[in-house]
Amino acid sequence: MAQEQKQPKKSSETEEAVETAPETDVNERKEALDSDVDDILDEIDDVLETNAEDFVKSFIQKGGQ
Amino acid sequence: MSVRRVMGTEVEYGISVAGQPQANPMVASSQVVNAYASSTLKARRARWDFEEESPLRDARGFDMSRQVADPSQLTDEDLGLANVILTNGARLYVDHAHPEFSCPEVTNPLDAVRWDKAGEQVMLDASRAAQRLPGNPQIHLYKNNTDNKGVSYGAHENYLMRRSTAFADIVKHLTPFFVSRQVFAGAGRVGIGQERPKNGFQISQRADFFEVEVGLETTLKRPIINTRDEPHADPEKYRRLHVILGDANLAEISTYLKVGSTSLVLAMIEDGYITRDLSVDGPVSALRAVSHDPTLKTLITLKDGRKLTGVQLQMEYLDLAKKFVEERYGSDADYQTKDVLERWESVLDRLERDPMECATELDWVAKYKLLLGYRDRDGLEWDDPKLHLIDLQYADIRPEKGLYHRLVRAGRIERLMTDDLVEKAMHEPPTDTRAYFRGRCLEKYSENVAAASWDSVIFDLPGRESLQRVPTIDPLRGTKKHVGGLLDSSETAVDLFNRLTGA
Repeated sequence: MAQEQKQPKKSSETEEAVETAPETDVNERKEALDSDVDDILDEIDDVLETNAEDFVKSFIQKGGQ
Repeated sequence: MSVRRVMGTEVEYGISVAGQPQANPMVASSQVVNAYASSTLKARRARWDFEEESPLRDARGFDMSRQVADPSQLTDEDLGLANVILTNGARLYVDHAHPEFSCPEVTNPLDAVRWDKAGEQVMLDASRAAQRLPGNPQIHLYKNNTDNKGVSYGAHENYLMRRSTAFADIVKHLTPFFVSRQVFAGAGRVGIGQERPKNGFQISQRADFFEVEVGLETTLKRPIINTRDEPHADPEKYRRLHVILGDANLAEISTYLKVGSTSLVLAMIEDGYITRDLSVDGPVSALRAVSHDPTLKTLITLKDGRKLTGVQLQMEYLDLAKKFVEERYGSDADYQTKDVLERWESVLDRLERDPMECATELDWVAKYKLLLGYRDRDGLEWDDPKLHLIDLQYADIRPEKGLYHRLVRAGRIERLMTDDLVEKAMHEPPTDTRAYFRGRCLEKYSENVAAASWDSVIFDLPGRESLQRVPTIDPLRGTKKHVGGLLDSSETAVDLFNRLTGA
């Protein structure tokens, strides 16, 4: 069972670093995030059921526990 | 006093037949279960044993008794609902109008994840087997909890607890934990409310379907704490806490943290360790309020007047659990206990800072990030069918269609398991609970196993007129250590039975 690296523990120092991060870094991060998200959306576009409205309407379940 | 205890999950899957929205879900569910049985079973199909016995204890780990049982009394198939017991010790059957996979009993969170995931693969194989039936029904299964049209179905957890723990203590200390556990255990949902949901996203599939604090019901007036008392073990020593509140998780880390943190909190309750009163004012509405706010900023009011976010309430439990484990074990705590504590802390810290930092670990955040991406790119509102479709398709268990699976394959969701471990768990039982005995008996002597259940294996042996019931009342007996050698060296069911009974 592969284990990921442990996350650094919370400390006041790391918290402060995040809070005072300059705006430009945040914007850059957002841009990087945006293109990252776009890639996966393109991939998922290809597998989404073709008629969303019909599909959602016809997904009818009976109650369970 | 750790994350280790006897536990398991039981998941009802959403079911649909492509092109036939009016198809009878009980028929479709039975087709799925029966198709799996036909494609995998070597000999007769063991029935589910509903008998409850007061058995006699055997020193080697069994409660032996012999009795005459009319096979017709053992049947649970009068309703025509399919049921099969698998060689991994699990139960695959039709519960209400859904196929359900009940995991074999396991002893730790990683194994709970492993057999829960094995359940998904069993369901996948089962739905594929059903496609080969006459008429080739295209039956698709979803590991979710609502159709967004007023209906919900469950993903339960079970935890074996000491009977001596007062139920009132469980209710008191577990309720605030359950109100807030969804911040990492939620599976995410498009829509707010039960029927005709309002527009929006919430972090839990199930929160809106819970209406009371404590109760016995599971299908209506659902309670945060369920009081079903069916220990499937010695009732003098144990209770089985039946948790009905949780979401069906696909993300392995969500499941791992869900059962791991819950097990730790139960250990603290059993030890009387929680002396702080974290009771929440109006837990049912608090449960919903937490779920309805994916920013996780909503404050809930404690009975002592403090106002905390769901994440902060979880941090109270984490803080207690860290001290508890430190005091009880120090650095000798087992690997999983330490790992659960570290991950729990890490996830809560990041959820408080920016929930999006957990998008590679937690179901609801992964789903939310995907939905927000679509909203941004395509300018969609929350009522757009495409966003509802994404919610549903996230839970499609087919690797080629399911969005959870696509995210995993794209390296966007982390795993704890390997495909190989999960594949093996589809067929092999855990080695450290009675599921080992049950599973191995079904694998090796299936032609002689007439019925089985959590509490028993019932043999139909040549030369004997009556059925022979081997009760397995203790979940921690019948392990590989206890009976592995016996099973390996017993060629036939008769050999096994004779050696078990000393005949």
